Amino acid sequence: MSGAPITLPIEACDYRTQCEPVRARFERLKAREVALRVEGLGKVFRNADGVETVALRGIDLVTHRREFLCVVGPSGCGKSTFVRILAGLETKSSGTVSVGGVPVSGPGADRGMVFQGYTLFPWLTVKRNVAFGLEENGEARHVAEREALQWLALIGLERFADAYPHQLSGGMKQRVAIARALAMRPRILLMDEPFSALDAQSRARMQAYLIEIWRKIDITIVFITHDLDEAVYLADRILVLKAHPGEVEELIEVPVPRPRHPGQMQTPEFHATRARLDALIHPGEAEADGPADLGGLDMVTRMASVGDEVE
Amino acid sequence: MRAPQPRHLSDRDAAPAVAVAPLPPVAGAAPVAGRARRSWIGVARPLSRRRHGTLTLLSFLIPLGLWAAVSYLPFLWHPLVEVTNPGDVAWMEPGMRVPRAAFAEEVAAAQGAGGAGPEGRPANPVYLPAPHEVAVALWTALTAPPPQRDAIWLPASLWHSIQIIFWGFTISSLVGVPLGVLCGAQASIARLTEPVIEFVRYLPAPAFGALMVAILGIYDGPKIAIIVIGTFFQQVLVIANTTRRVDPLLVEAALTMGSRNLRLIRRVIVPAVLPQIYRDQRILLGWAWTYLIVAELIGTSSGITFFITQQARYQHFDNVYAAILVIGLVGIATDIALALLGRRLFPYARAEA
Repeated sequence: MSGAPITLPIEACDYRTQCEPVRARFERLKAREVALRVEGLGKVFRNADGVETVALRGIDLVTHRREFLCVVGPSGCGKSTFVRILAGLETKSSGTVSVGGVPVSGPGADRGMVFQGYTLFPWLTVKRNVAFGLEENGEARHVAEREALQWLALIGLERFADAYPHQLSGGMKQRVAIARALAMRPRILLMDEPFSALDAQSRARMQAYLIEIWRKIDITIVFITHDLDEAVYLADRILVLKAHPGEVEELIEVPVPRPRHPGQMQTPEFHATRARLDALIHPGEAEADGPADLGGLDMVTRMASVGDEVE
Repeated sequence: MRAPQPRHLSDRDAAPAVAVAPLPPVAGAAPVAGRARRSWIGVARPLSRRRHGTLTLLSFLIPLGLWAAVSYLPFLWHPLVEVTNPGDVAWMEPGMRVPRAAFAEEVAAAQGAGGAGPEGRPANPVYLPAPHEVAVALWTALTAPPPQRDAIWLPASLWHSIQIIFWGFTISSLVGVPLGVLCGAQASIARLTEPVIEFVRYLPAPAFGALMVAILGIYDGPKIAIIVIGTFFQQVLVIANTTRRVDPLLVEAALTMGSRNLRLIRRVIVPAVLPQIYRDQRILLGWAWTYLIVAELIGTSSGITFFITQQARYQHFDNVYAAILVIGLVGIATDIALALLGRRLFPYARAEA
């Protein structure tokens, strides 16, 4: 627990002294069975010259079934590496990862993944994209396609079943990518900054969609993001990593009540959590005393006429 | 950060400064905006339909125009004189082409002797026929059987060449494309095969000609083999490099959905790079054509090369040009047909096919 003491609004619910309903909610969450267990996870990258970089060190984490976990941290903290190890796309240097009690080695159908970029197969129709995972796991094509249509109905894109990915907008592509990952009925859905390529409006709509999907389906979500508002808005708990090396800084239980809606962004709980995240991730800026910190900007030499002022 | 000042004060301060024209930031430097220039080079943008069509037409018409100019304008080049009437010169015959200097000498000599001088018109060497002669020769070669008994008909020889290319390229692709994809998808296989292929591809394919004749006989076998040797090694390397450029995210997405090994190659990697492989194959087919001429000289010469060499021996250079043009036309027609087919096959990758 590092970081400067910050002044929190005097409210019944801040992020540490939880009021009764919030505590009850997290107790219910923690009573559910464990979906993902990470113990002492470490990752060391070695480049061609033999220089080693510690990307992750000693990460411990337990998430429970149907939890929505967000992972945030400054750039370079290894959050992408973390989720790629969970997906089995990257090897770990130390520690263990288990999903539903089974150790993870390599990619598997128990963990679905949605990537930052668009990864729909451009040569397949939307329907066949969603059916892809099912076919790979041994279902007949017509069965897989029938099931794919049901998933498309769930995300509201059945009209586009026979369209190709290049005919869809960015938000629709990511919705199809989510459906494609969910169609394999994974226990855990891993999402690596899935909405960061979208414009602000599509992103807000996608967040609402995702919460809706998460409410209706038995799925645990691990969601990487660099957008702190997005993390607070979506998450039950937020795993904050710090950089160089990537270690767990704090695991925050978000007190904002569920069900979530965009109006909650103005509530004190939301602000308190957001302020705490800011203090953890950008400690320098939070400590600095506002305008005094801008003194350094005086070094910019004046190149416009005196009197020709813009502000 | 300046302290905010009362409004009226700053207004009065500003008044004299406004009258002065804005100075360049560095004394003596010209304002950069004054030097705006148009750039001919930039990010490539598609041309307008009209300009696209006009330029395509011009790219053919300009060389054709130069050829026509050299052929039809008597003051351009024309180093020879074609004799129309030998006059009293014993060694000249009508239709003979003699150097301009020698012709002038004979004219001067005949005038001095008081005899009838030779007559002629400026001409180009026999190896540069005029466009209309080639056009006539092309039409004749395609429609009428050859006048010489031992000569082969152009369409027949062309058909033979196309068959050689087809089989050579097909055999090469049947092995080369799968091997290239495998090398591109798996680093160990690539390391095991690519170094030696890299070495072999520098061995000139025609050098294997005599060897292939010894092994495969004198007819079509060695010719097909030369095309296979010329294409295959390049093909493996080109296809492997293309396969390596597959979007890694697509492969990872497929891995998280349970695709493995050959199924991963068949269902994800190959479809992902198929438009580019198709484009590579079009380029490689062009290379195969360049090996054709060498291949057909091996053993008993055959096909379009036989036609060309035979016509050149008879000094029928109009026929030679006609045959060369036919190769070009067949090549470009194939390429255009394949490009159009590619657009139908890969509607999602318009830029590639």
